[in-house]
Amino acid sequence: MEKTELIVKEAANAAGKTIIKLKDIKVAFDGEQILKDLNLEIKDGEFVTLLGPSGCGKTTTLRIIAGFLEPDSGEVIFEDKCINGVPAHQRQVNTIFQRYALFPHLNVYDNIAFGLRLKKMPEAEIKQKVEEMLSIVDLKGFNRRRVESLSGGQQQRVAIARALAVDPRVLLLDEPLGALDLKLRKDMQVELKNIQQRLGITFIYVTHDQEEALSMSDKIVVMDHGEIQHIGTPEDIYNEPANAFVADFIGESNILDGIMKKDFKVEFSGHVFDCVDKGFNENELVDVVIRPEDVDVCEPENGMISGTVTSVIFKGVHYEIIVDVKGFKWMIQSTDIQYEGDEIGILIKPDEIHIMKKSKYSGMFGDYSSFSDEMDYISDASAVFSETDDIDE
Amino acid sequence: MKNKPSSKFYNGISAPYALWCVLFIVAPLIIVLYYALTNSDGNFTLDNIKHLSMYGDTIARSIYFGLIATVICLFISYPLAYFISKTKASTQSVLIMMVMVPMWMNFLLRTYAIMVLFEDTGIINNILNALGISPVHLINTSGAVIFGMVYNYLPFMILPLYTAMTKLDYRLIEAARDLGANGFQTVKDVMIPLTKSGIISGITMVFVPSVSTFYISQKLGGGKYTLIGDIIEMQFQTAYNYNLGASISMLLMILILICLAVMNKFGEDQTEGGVVV
Repeated sequence: MEKTELIVKEAANAAGKTIIKLKDIKVAFDGEQILKDLNLEIKDGEFVTLLGPSGCGKTTTLRIIAGFLEPDSGEVIFEDKCINGVPAHQRQVNTIFQRYALFPHLNVYDNIAFGLRLKKMPEAEIKQKVEEMLSIVDLKGFNRRRVESLSGGQQQRVAIARALAVDPRVLLLDEPLGALDLKLRKDMQVELKNIQQRLGITFIYVTHDQEEALSMSDKIVVMDHGEIQHIGTPEDIYNEPANAFVADFIGESNILDGIMKKDFKVEFSGHVFDCVDKGFNENELVDVVIRPEDVDVCEPENGMISGTVTSVIFKGVHYEIIVDVKGFKWMIQSTDIQYEGDEIGILIKPDEIHIMKKSKYSGMFGDYSSFSDEMDYISDASAVFSETDDIDE
Repeated sequence: MKNKPSSKFYNGISAPYALWCVLFIVAPLIIVLYYALTNSDGNFTLDNIKHLSMYGDTIARSIYFGLIATVICLFISYPLAYFISKTKASTQSVLIMMVMVPMWMNFLLRTYAIMVLFEDTGIINNILNALGISPVHLINTSGAVIFGMVYNYLPFMILPLYTAMTKLDYRLIEAARDLGANGFQTVKDVMIPLTKSGIISGITMVFVPSVSTFYISQKLGGGKYTLIGDIIEMQFQTAYNYNLGASISMLLMILILICLAVMNKFGEDQTEGGVVV
């Protein structure tokens, strides 16, 4: 009994062992701070996604782990050893690049064998390994094909096979599915996840696609402006976003200003709602997040609050309904149709209200007068264009 | 071509070039061939061809010097071209301009300038003298001749290499590093294969003029290292033996064609074009 317990404990330890640790990483390009004191711990065998808009520093973080970029300060730790200054070719991490970066002068076989030949592996073993990799990525029989003759999806598979062939401890994936069309992307998501689980390799995945992040990851790291905004499981990130930025970036959300009357009571839109959050000061100003699918529609007189429908869009699974409640445009997703100009009531259950502390992002994400920040930006003539080039792309 | 009318149109616009080809390429070739195979009386003879054996040393030296100059150019240019291609776009145009500036100066003038530098009482030795270092003999050596070739033809190596480097996807270098290649392996297994078109163009554009060059060896080699180009010049300008001159020219042409064929053989297995011949 004791022995089995020990084994179980050891297994748990092995699974939970930290493989990569970033400590106080700082990077600046041309005086602009790209990463500000980044701290991150990645466990062995985890599928971790770095998620954020372009220019948030996610690719920079990946390049630091890969060894293509040295941080200005801070430590990169691989299994308790600081690997600052260790060149890329001596690190046990491999990268899958955005547009695959396959060697055009080599065929599929030689591309996959590239890293193995550098290891001076005997040719017979190389052949065996390449065949094994080709079967993992479902490209058997493609050995002699030129890489330019392959489709994007096939090239991506070759890139995966090439990186996996050298038995990396950690695989870094830099928006690997960005160039593929939607359906293929979904298939590849499933496939990548399967490969990761089968081989037990740590994946660090960079994307700006929140849906991709939610469906694949064990852990998501949401980044913006060189800072980590939230680290958590996909469920955590979606249900309990740390701040308005995370709530806005992941999925759709209605973000309102609220006042925490006392524990379990929050006031917004002129109504006091029951909620499940506590531990705030009395009358503390907070951000309130309500997901569009969590709002129930009812007759106006039965609603906790009520408003006028301003637009209805059919989305297939549901209708996307925009409701004006005292000037704030809510988004509601409902399977029942409503009509423009109708007066409707809104019901929200206590556990569907999520309360967040005020942050620097409070007030930056408004209502659903428009769907994108960019639209607000374009239609705001007074906005000053100060966008910097994406270092990420 | 599917479209008959447009093929007529293409024939039309290529007419000036066709005319040029006939007048200035095909006709001269026939004339050279005619001279090479006749004597001064205009009768057919193979004597000119037989006389070529006299110049075996010169031909071997020309090829040898040409090869050394080409190799030196390649070793200087390859890292330089890579360095230039990695700088900022604005810096790149300045650096490429600096590579080309010497080409705006007349070839003879540049060769004279090297003479002035290299002479026993030239600028270099004057400086050494002033520093109290014993003078070195530079002019009239084989090294000076090769230096002259390298100096004159270096830009022709840098430019095609630079073009090939700018087309090189930097992520491929990162991918090679990522898969475990050290610096040397990355150059050998990725960079060189991917810049092969530039290497072949550069070699061709330096080797061909180096082999056939004249004047450089007369001025910098002091007449001790006669090259094939000098012999041809001598036959036409001094000996007035047009027939022998023509046959040497034919030989040179054939040698260069053989070299190009060998070079292209090396470049054959690559798909991307860009071989300048």
